[in-house]
Amino acid sequence: MTTKLSRAELAQRIAAAIPEGAFVNLGIGAPTMVANYLPADLEIILHTENGMLGMGPAPLAGEVDPDLINAGKQAVTALDGAAYFHQADSFGMMRGGHLDVCVLGAFQVAENGDLANWSTGAPGAVPAVGGAMDLAIGAKEVYVMTDLLTKQNESKLVAACSYPLTGIGCVSRVYTDHAVFDVTPEGFAVRELYGDNTVELLATLTGLRLIDATTASAFDETKGH
Amino acid sequence: MINKVVSSVEEAVAGVVDGATVMVGGFGRAGQPLELIDALIAQGATDLTIISNNAGNGDVGLAALLAARRVRKIVCSFPRQPDSWVFDGLYREGAIELELVPQGNLAERIRAAGTGIGAFFSPTGVGTQLAEGKETREIDGRVYSLEYPIRADFALISAWKADRWGNLVYRKTARNFGPIMAAAATTTVVQVDEIVSLGSIDPENVATPSIFVQRVAVVGEREWLKDDVFVGGVDLEGRPLEASAGTDSAGGSR
Repeated sequence: MTTKLSRAELAQRIAAAIPEGAFVNLGIGAPTMVANYLPADLEIILHTENGMLGMGPAPLAGEVDPDLINAGKQAVTALDGAAYFHQADSFGMMRGGHLDVCVLGAFQVAENGDLANWSTGAPGAVPAVGGAMDLAIGAKEVYVMTDLLTKQNESKLVAACSYPLTGIGCVSRVYTDHAVFDVTPEGFAVRELYGDNTVELLATLTGLRLIDATTASAFDETKGH
Repeated sequence: MINKVVSSVEEAVAGVVDGATVMVGGFGRAGQPLELIDALIAQGATDLTIISNNAGNGDVGLAALLAARRVRKIVCSFPRQPDSWVFDGLYREGAIELELVPQGNLAERIRAAGTGIGAFFSPTGVGTQLAEGKETREIDGRVYSLEYPIRADFALISAWKADRWGNLVYRKTARNFGPIMAAAATTTVVQVDEIVSLGSIDPENVATPSIFVQRVAVVGEREWLKDDVFVGGVDLEGRPLEASAGTDSAGGSR
């Protein structure tokens, strides 16, 4: 059994890669956990696409404000310095390339950076896309947070997505429970390995030809903040 | 004297005819004009096309309008939610038509309608099935697809306060689609907590100027405010905490 990071550990790694001053959108689901590990002494500004910059943590139970929610429709708070705005402005921030980082979940990420995360294409399913496609193409850096393998042990890193696409060539980096991958013109480059994972093992698990880029970046990445 | 304040929500939704296109503000329940939707249900218009981010939550508001089978088609970005059983049922039954639009394209198409833009090129959705069949163009090395405005006969939105001219102030993230829908409809109907005297809204704080508003109805202060001050004590749906004991008040779903 090779080393696998828990969701919380993964969230911690991603949080450590986000610099002070960054404008960040954390997608619905697991990426939301990244907020829990952003260093309290750094000012990092969270964007929620339903219309706020400067989003803070969940309120206490008696303090829930139905007018103050995040994109996952959960109660949140506003930090000092927060701003509210309407939907066209909110997505203009995204589409206009003003967000530094967004962190998204994925069904599949392809070698060329294509992302599939909004639909499995299953017949009869009720479709929903929300802001996924805008997020995928809008932020300067699109990080994916995901398990490397599905429950059926199929690789989520693929040569080409078989699920309906969310965006083309949009992913810059994939944080998985086994390793961190950068999307490069030559394919996936392994940036950091966790525990006893090796590039050879990951190549076997994914069935992809991988570039070993661990020596270049492993040190500064693990140091984090 | 200009006075856009109407005496009731019934008067506010008068004139919505069968087959009309109606924008409904809100993101989930935040900013959803529940009282206006209830009045629309009572008014009876049917065969409607609804433009809204979601397709109703629980059994109230937009979900209730859908359940009453008044909606032929809905244009939205995120219909499927854990509490969207009304829409899900109608969709599976084939009783409602869905046009799924990425949220940013939905917002910009609404804005385009309100600002006189004939169409625009958006990078969102390019290469995906939601942009299939759309005209594309490469501009400075990037591919965009052509998106057309979405306009409506009526917009039903919710704001916090208005004056009798229809200048609007919103509250927190309940602003969401209000300002852009207000501009994109022939008749914009707003429900507010309170009408304040002309001149008492600081012009610096007007989020929707009166030119975009035709009717204003007062529905009373929201449960979680008292004399403009947040007092809380409610769950995410605005129900008093005692009434929702045992449910996860801070939890939510997209």
